[in-house]
Amino acid sequence: MTEALARRRFHSPAIWPLAGIVVLLAANLLLKPSFMRVTLLEGHLYGLPIDVLNHGAKILIVALGMSVVVATGGIDLSVGSVVAIAGATAATLSVHGVASLPLLIGGSLAAGVAAGAVNGVLVARLGVQPIVATLILMVSGRGIAEVLTDGQVVVIKRAGFDFLGNGFVLGLPFPAVLAVAIYGIAWFVRRRTAAALMLEAAGDNPPAARLAGLPIDRIRIAAYVISGLLAAVVGVLMAANIGAADAQRAGENLELDAIFAVVVGGTALSGGRFFLAGSFLGALLLQLLTTTMYNLGVPPAVAPVPKAILILAVCLAQSERSRAWIAGLVRRAS
Amino acid sequence: MPVVPLLTVRRLTKRFPGVVALDEVDFTAQAGEIHALLGENGAGKSTLIKLLTGVYPADAGEVRLGGELIRPASPREAELAGISTVYQEVNLVPSLSVAENLSLGRQPGRLGFVNWRGVRAHARAALARLDLECDPEAELGSLSLATQQLVAIARAVDRRARLLILDEPTASLDEQEVAVLFRTMRRLRSEGIGIIFVTHFLDQVDAVCDRLTVLRNGKLVAEHAVRGLSRIELVSTMLGRTPEQFSAVPATAADLAGRPPVFEARGLSRRGAVHPLDLSIAAGEVVGLAGLLGSGRTETARLVFGLDRRDGGEIRVRGAAVPLDSPRAAIALGFAFCSEDRKHEGILPNLSVRENLIVALQARRGAWQRLTRAEQEALCDHYVEALRIKAPDRELPISTLSGGNQQKVLLARWLATRPELIILDEPTRGIDIGAKAEIEHLIGKLRAEGVAVLFISSEIEEVVRNASEVVVLRERRRVAHFQGAEVNSANLINAMAGGHVPHD
Repeated sequence: MTEALARRRFHSPAIWPLAGIVVLLAANLLLKPSFMRVTLLEGHLYGLPIDVLNHGAKILIVALGMSVVVATGGIDLSVGSVVAIAGATAATLSVHGVASLPLLIGGSLAAGVAAGAVNGVLVARLGVQPIVATLILMVSGRGIAEVLTDGQVVVIKRAGFDFLGNGFVLGLPFPAVLAVAIYGIAWFVRRRTAAALMLEAAGDNPPAARLAGLPIDRIRIAAYVISGLLAAVVGVLMAANIGAADAQRAGENLELDAIFAVVVGGTALSGGRFFLAGSFLGALLLQLLTTTMYNLGVPPAVAPVPKAILILAVCLAQSERSRAWIAGLVRRAS
Repeated sequence: MPVVPLLTVRRLTKRFPGVVALDEVDFTAQAGEIHALLGENGAGKSTLIKLLTGVYPADAGEVRLGGELIRPASPREAELAGISTVYQEVNLVPSLSVAENLSLGRQPGRLGFVNWRGVRAHARAALARLDLECDPEAELGSLSLATQQLVAIARAVDRRARLLILDEPTASLDEQEVAVLFRTMRRLRSEGIGIIFVTHFLDQVDAVCDRLTVLRNGKLVAEHAVRGLSRIELVSTMLGRTPEQFSAVPATAADLAGRPPVFEARGLSRRGAVHPLDLSIAAGEVVGLAGLLGSGRTETARLVFGLDRRDGGEIRVRGAAVPLDSPRAAIALGFAFCSEDRKHEGILPNLSVRENLIVALQARRGAWQRLTRAEQEALCDHYVEALRIKAPDRELPISTLSGGNQQKVLLARWLATRPELIILDEPTRGIDIGAKAEIEHLIGKLRAEGVAVLFISSEIEEVVRNASEVVVLRERRRVAHFQGAEVNSANLINAMAGGHVPHD
């Protein structure tokens, strides 16, 4: 036990998703050397690695919120639905003649914050199990989005809105830049404030944290609000990307990808310590895998299988016990 | 004819990164003997037990049970070999019945179907063997901790155990319960079972043990028959030095006259927890709260700290009425509360020693006023030194420290907030004599600095030594109050046990 703990300090769990990324990149290079080619066109970068960052932005951002919730010992299944709600809110505002872009974005983000607050209050104040509390919104959230958009795919037309989904900053797609910036902010907050310590303490041992004077109810609510807000950010990005709000499909299964990214990144679902770099690399790994399969022409119907295998492999690599077991097999064989 | 000892350990060694936890230790236990295993925290007792029960593999040395070399790779293998263990914290399933717990993992039945009648019959037999009066159908969690512990022992010896290891089984039991446990232990001894008994209470060694072994810093320092060894000799062997005399002299009532109380409660009550009681603590005063387990001591402390909400009563802090309805409110008033339940209400097990130490102070400052890394390190340096905390690496999770050192970190956590009132609920439970002495010394220092202390302990001597004033609780009521020279064991025991009720 002690040895394992001593090792835990010096090895960040991020090395496992990182190893997965290296393996996948190597496989891509071997099978299709064109994979890594990046071209500069009219000052914008194009290529599959850029696509990974661009399309991975949504998992990256949602996984950050998920990490925060998981650190408190909770889980947020509603993020996919909140993505849809945020998009639908933008569409509704647009249809009703809200012209100002900040107002449009602000309204969507406010919807995400409200959704997160509902989750947080259910969990922290009313004592509902996180999985149940957020399942309620996961199911009802799409309904809410459908009501907002009247069951239609509503086109959003606003000057500048398209940029959020398809624009470029410094040659890179805006969503990718935003995702990295959000992680940068999170990293800064973790370094410069005690917020992360409070989240981790509240998740590691709630009664002890409460006794030590931490407002654990407020910490939990804040975690769900952050998750809701970040899901809404993704909702805006996706609506901007296609120029429309799709209540049915937007953010579908995103909660599962986010949970995978968090777990693959080394954060335990039981709460306590969370790893930003781990979640970042975990999300990137998932997207890289998806892009790889497109690149190699794997039919979409088969795609979940390699994904499942990859997740299993990384989780096994992270577990002390399975590593010891595999090491034992290897020793016996040799 | 030489009899083969039940358990022979030779030159057993276990290294952890940076420390030799057990250094070529020899140990022998006979069948039909109760053998005390003594030593300060970190002496190597737990490591020895974990090697015997297959939790860790040994680095060197051998273990023989009944002359036969064994090398258990898991607690289950150790059990099959005949070594069973009962830990301080009961490792059973509270939501299952006693009978289910007794046959958990070995239910009679076939084809995956459980023979429930067999389960119950088996449970009755196992309980009868130990002379335990308890309903096999009762939910384990609804029973007292002591009964749960006895059930755990019943389960352990049930597996044809030849050697039973009891790891601090008495830490959370009151005197009556300890007596029942001892009766059970003597009964098992008469059946020829060897018992290794880990405890911090030297009275208990005298009461029930035949031989004792002392470890210090991972090494064997003494093995001796219990009879013929004086208490002083034993204590100095364990500590490796002559024990310091407790020099602190409790302040007398006269010294304190005229000082305004830091904390004053009238009619403090909560249904099902405590009947209305008054309590007052002045700066620089140590008020003891005495009573048997279940008398309402901890419940009172929780009300004082706002951890549970009171139903009635008025609380004044430094003369002003306050709502005091949450720990945060209490902390804002300068209160601190070291809970008796270190595992569930104390440590943040996966966070580092440093984070555990600063968390209360950080909570008080809020999320945005972060203590800088340098400030955190300085606090750690200060308290590691002042409380002599043995922590090889402060960035490792606190769960890697021994119980006594965890307790000191928790004390440091509260001291770092510079409290004006500190509630210490069983601060010396389950820790070794050296650490106990240090904590008592610390209480003396806090008193001298003008901190108000509410001190709760099951050890009457400890209350008498440290408190200048004692409130005795019985059956959730305040039944007596002693001051100055009246604070003595005879008075306290009398009041706790419910003899005559003195003035008050």
